[in-house]
Amino acid sequence: MDVNNVLGPSQQFIQGDKACVYGALLAGCRFFAGYPITPATEIAEEMSRLLPRLGGTYLQMEDEIASIAAIIGASWTGTKTMTATSGPGFSLMQENIGYAIMTETPCVIVNVQRGGPSTGQPTIPSQGDVMQARFGSHGDYEIITLCPSSVQQTLEQMIRAFNLAEKYRTPVILLTDAAIGHMRERITIPANPLVVTRDYVDIDYNDYKPFRTGYLHATKIPEFAPFGSKYNTYVTGLTHNDDGHPITDDWNVHAKLIKRITSKLTDNMEDIYDIDTRYTDYAEIAVVSYGISARPALEAVYMAQRLGRDVAYINLTTLWPFNYEYFSELSKRVDKIVVVEMNIGSIYHCVREATSGRCDVVLVSSLGGRVSTPKDIWEEIK
Amino acid sequence: MIKVKKEYCKGCGYCTLVCPTGSIKMPEELDKEGKRIPMVVDEDTCKKCHLCELSCPDFAISVEED
Amino acid sequence: MISNTELDEKYLRKGMMPSILCAGCGNGIVLNATLRAIDKLGMDIDNMVFVSGIGCSSRLNGYIKADALHATHGRAIAFATGIKAANPDLDVVVFTGDGDCAGIGGNHLLHGIRRNIGITVITINNYTYGMTGGQFSPTTPQTSRSTTSPFGTIEHPFDLSRIVVSAGAPYVARWTVAHPVQLQKAIRKGLDKKGFSFIEVLSPCPTSYWRRNKVYSLESVYQWYKDNTVSLTKADDHPEKITIGEFYDGEKAEWTELWKSLVGQVRV
Repeated sequence: MDVNNVLGPSQQFIQGDKACVYGALLAGCRFFAGYPITPATEIAEEMSRLLPRLGGTYLQMEDEIASIAAIIGASWTGTKTMTATSGPGFSLMQENIGYAIMTETPCVIVNVQRGGPSTGQPTIPSQGDVMQARFGSHGDYEIITLCPSSVQQTLEQMIRAFNLAEKYRTPVILLTDAAIGHMRERITIPANPLVVTRDYVDIDYNDYKPFRTGYLHATKIPEFAPFGSKYNTYVTGLTHNDDGHPITDDWNVHAKLIKRITSKLTDNMEDIYDIDTRYTDYAEIAVVSYGISARPALEAVYMAQRLGRDVAYINLTTLWPFNYEYFSELSKRVDKIVVVEMNIGSIYHCVREATSGRCDVVLVSSLGGRVSTPKDIWEEIK
Repeated sequence: MIKVKKEYCKGCGYCTLVCPTGSIKMPEELDKEGKRIPMVVDEDTCKKCHLCELSCPDFAISVEED
Repeated sequence: MISNTELDEKYLRKGMMPSILCAGCGNGIVLNATLRAIDKLGMDIDNMVFVSGIGCSSRLNGYIKADALHATHGRAIAFATGIKAANPDLDVVVFTGDGDCAGIGGNHLLHGIRRNIGITVITINNYTYGMTGGQFSPTTPQTSRSTTSPFGTIEHPFDLSRIVVSAGAPYVARWTVAHPVQLQKAIRKGLDKKGFSFIEVLSPCPTSYWRRNKVYSLESVYQWYKDNTVSLTKADDHPEKITIGEFYDGEKAEWTELWKSLVGQVRV
């Protein structure tokens, strides 16, 4: 694969933002549209250097709204596309993220989180956009959001993000932060990673309906016809039926569409929901965290284990869709769940909801870029 | 031969406005479906200039070779 | 010359007509001229993508038997840029309106021009936000009544085509729906042009604009466009009138070609 000789040696010591680009290119991404914003600019810079060498396209747009518009348009030509931004740009992108959901357009949006709200702390990490990743656009929808807690995971999860986007015909958000994005760690480039590509439609033109499902296999996911093919595809953000034509005054058409495009994700949690867990078999306490917060959390769990305490480590490398069932089961086995995150409480609320009072749920919150220390977490364990 | 596709025509009247020879005209009364469909006044005066066709927003009127 | 019946058979989606547009709306005439231009050029409709924003103008691509993308309000040119950049072989046409293109979408219009991406933008200027019931838009003539200017607008409207010329687009023309032959020719030249081509079409909106400005019959509306426009050559002696015609026709290196040659130099 010419990607590998463009990426260089298989062992490198690089920034998270750069690893994000490596993962995207390995996954087959050949189109990036973006706009400069700290702390995600390095992703655009790296893309502008590597994409031309791979015959891909780098587009620097006039703002973040145009950036995500461009990657959605490009995706409909059959290209794997992504954009990268941070809080302020992520807020601007929300309407078109909803458009990508409604039109079932595969694409990846990276949000390298920084201090917020507003201009906040541009160079400082935070995890304050977790709920925005899930509920940022308007209307009822589900979305996939992955969250790396190391530079190597950033690379690997970008590949997974593209594979999930292609497989489920949906935008996927990779939620990282200024710490993971800007720190350097050793990475190993996987030799030939699994790369998934969307199913292309192959039936008689007259029978073709862009949003009907179940041609090839009984799924809730339509087969794809790229712009320029013989098939005629009308794509619209308006509520539409299987042939893509707008029908906006029939509650049943809308309900059927929304139920399909949400359950196509929630029906497939085993495939989508992948998290990193350790010592969960006999745990009496579970430390739940993600992203940069998972680093001190792991250290605190090791400390506890060394002192003979049965403490589990749960790193939510998949944030959305949230797995309520998993935490409901967990709450029957542990006395306490400690949620560690760099915001005033986000996943904390989902965990509380899932446990419905069966066990204690406490929040170890840190703001302003101060990452919780293992000691902070230990306070809740001892 | 001037043909009007009733299912498409909205009775807007662009065609009769642009017709240089008055070959077609909007009726005074609505038809039984409540529509105002352009009527051919005199086929022979039509110079086949196609202006009515070019000015039809709904592809309803056609001037076809006999 | 191809008849409307043949156009219907060849280019329109079955079962979708008649369109949702009001009787007397000029937008259908723009679709008519566009399909005639495509047919005359012998373009392969399967190689075309019709992108549109939100508004009455932007419903036109829903009636064409071709690939189409009905985008979010104001973003059609940004979506079209992504489509063209990802697959430069596609012929990309954008249907947009005065509100969609020069209101919320103004920034994307300017940068689409600056970048000179190879798309044909057909902006239907009907002086109103028609889909939402008739509010004044960035091009609404001053003192006009609208649902949000019940006492008349105080604002100075854009002269869209002149802005686009000064932003550097290589092809710019403005016609009205009362000039279907010239309009079709301009769309043909736009489709042929390498780079950003812009065709503004003054199209009457009897329902939301003219009714509120006391011009009721289609005949008097039609006459207004005839009386208040003047061709470029005679524009100087009628400064009060709207100039129509071909504002600019030049050559300018197109984005996807420049990118192709750049990739050619650095590709591994």
